[in-house]
Amino acid sequence: MKSERTISPLEKILLQYAEKNTVSQTEEKSGRVPDIKQKALELFRKNGLPDKKPEKWRNTDMSDWYQKTFNPETGPEVFTKEVNDIFECTVQGFDSNVVSVLNGHYYSPETLSLQKLENGVIIGSLAKAKIQYPEYFEKYYGEIAETATNGLTAINTAIAEDGVFIYIPDNVVVEKPVQLIKLVNKRGLMLNTRNLIILGKNSSFTFLHCDDSINHDDSFINTLTEIHIGENATLDLYKLQNINDETALINNSFFNMERDSRLKVNVLSFNGGLIRNELHVNLNGTGADARLNGLYLMDKKQHIDNQVYVNHNAPHCNSSELFKGILDNQARGVFNGYIYVARDAQKTNAFQRNNNILMTSSAKINTMPFLEIYADDVQCSHGATVGQIDNEALFYLMQRGIPFDDARMLLMFAFAAEITDNIKIETLKTNIDDMVKKRLRGELSICDRCVLHCTVPDKPIEFDIDLSKI
Amino acid sequence: MLLNIKNLHVAINGKEILKGFNLQVNEGEIHAIMGPNGTGKSTLAAAITGREGYQITKGEIIYKGQVINDWTPDKRANEGVFLSFQYPVEIPGVSMTNFMRTALNAKRNYLGQPQMKAGEFLKMMEEKKKLVEITAKLTNRSVNEGFSGGEKKKNEIFQMAMLEPTLAILDETDSGLDIDALKVVAKGVNTLKSDNNAFIVITHYQRLLDYIVPDFVHVMYKGKIVKSGGKGLALELEENGYDWVKELYGEE
Repeated sequence: MKSERTISPLEKILLQYAEKNTVSQTEEKSGRVPDIKQKALELFRKNGLPDKKPEKWRNTDMSDWYQKTFNPETGPEVFTKEVNDIFECTVQGFDSNVVSVLNGHYYSPETLSLQKLENGVIIGSLAKAKIQYPEYFEKYYGEIAETATNGLTAINTAIAEDGVFIYIPDNVVVEKPVQLIKLVNKRGLMLNTRNLIILGKNSSFTFLHCDDSINHDDSFINTLTEIHIGENATLDLYKLQNINDETALINNSFFNMERDSRLKVNVLSFNGGLIRNELHVNLNGTGADARLNGLYLMDKKQHIDNQVYVNHNAPHCNSSELFKGILDNQARGVFNGYIYVARDAQKTNAFQRNNNILMTSSAKINTMPFLEIYADDVQCSHGATVGQIDNEALFYLMQRGIPFDDARMLLMFAFAAEITDNIKIETLKTNIDDMVKKRLRGELSICDRCVLHCTVPDKPIEFDIDLSKI
Repeated sequence: MLLNIKNLHVAINGKEILKGFNLQVNEGEIHAIMGPNGTGKSTLAAAITGREGYQITKGEIIYKGQVINDWTPDKRANEGVFLSFQYPVEIPGVSMTNFMRTALNAKRNYLGQPQMKAGEFLKMMEEKKKLVEITAKLTNRSVNEGFSGGEKKKNEIFQMAMLEPTLAILDETDSGLDIDALKVVAKGVNTLKSDNNAFIVITHYQRLLDYIVPDFVHVMYKGKIVKSGGKGLALELEENGYDWVKELYGEE
């Protein structure tokens, strides 16, 4: 017998909205997409928004966020100015093609909302692509996203309208990285954005996915990204998260990896009220290789949750996970690393490590590995540490004349460097190193980079991790 | 007088390790401190350099005429106190270059001098590396990470050469060194020695003192110096071991 669920205000709003909007668009009357959406809605009706009961939600309590009445009704924003005029990106001097999503919808002049480039690359609005390239949606849309066990994934699947669509044809090496800047500039929105990225055989692509705030308004961002990586293709994915304390960011990414494909993910969480990253990586083809790294620097009452699921479904695949974090004040962190090795997935190499520095006695991390291994010829390892700064090293530096504050900063930065050193694009690495330094010194702010000249400066936000406390 | 330690008592977690230690060191001198294990030799090094957790319960450390009991480790370092660690710490993620430049500039900052220029600094690095025969590129290497035992000790002397201390303490620098590395380390020390600085060489064995010749040898036992003499005392210890010390001053 299932006990009666209490329905939160947000869930009520989402249900009402979904009943009206799930399959309203005329373009979706046929094909499998409407079915997927319908099914997702039914699952959402049944399961609702995730509470703390399931193991993977045990340490992340969303209930306060569900009490707020966020508005899921959003529409495309009329293009009036370049995104650079709204927001000056931190990653400067970094040569990339920028696309943007504003308030949940693809933001560009009408003529550029879906482009097909000379080399066959398609990039633009997901809503537009759904109409213009239905064949990709028939084949890939909703193919990997797991709606049965996560209400947030289900509601996203049911009601998401727009986001970014990227298609890289076979054998195309995209030299210039694409940077997605996702912004919110309206109060109280619940954004259900959806991205679909397809990499053809032997292709190569670098993608930056940046979530930023440009004011201190509250919002609930529920993003879902499905990524298909074809045979022998390479994807380099960076996620940069620097959002305000009033925002919850749910970032669910699903990857299907075919034979000999390579995936590198770096999730860099600098700031945010609540951030939950779920990475679901399916190693479906022999020889696939996934490197998943994360760095989180949180303070105050911020909450960071990284859930990494690596499914070794085929033999001879490699995966490694390295997540590191520094938590100050009452910040809370969660790391759950799941490794699944199927019975046939012999010769699997799967490694996992999570290291944390807690700067106060009230900061907290829950870290847990989950290994489920059905093959017998595998190498798997996992490890987690929670500690303070290394006093031996601190004394060593001070004995050479380096004052306490500087010595500690050097060690914190070194702790983070193990992640940032993985960034192979030099200008990006320099920029991110700089952001890490600023964040640790308490100098990084969302306001620095906002050119809107905030009209509500009455709520100054301090971003300092207070180093004096260890 | 450069260093004057008077009736020093040091405790760790309430347990007294140094029990009335006295030592006077002048510029231009090399002092060897020898003694059996667990007698407080490393505690002495920690107390002089201001390590946390080593509580001075009585007595004074007077350096360049000032009582430094309460000085922070970095202040002592910037005033010229250097410790060559018995077990140099590995610090992944901090490059040798960054480390040394930060340290040198910290000292310059402390002394009110301008920061060192990058070119000048790199030139100095190359010069000092030669002194201890470090051939490897240090630029991209993290501090002591992946260094062999010998490399770590050479690296300590290299840092000493970079920072040009007034008082250098070598804590068991010979432990874990083969004879070739030992010679290199000793050569480095002998090159750096001048009339304006002093060395305290802490060692268990006489071997190192063949290459770094001390002016004074002190035998330490149970937290204080029980016998002092010239370099001949070291040979005596080598020959007879420490049993006679224990006999004379009693096992607990």
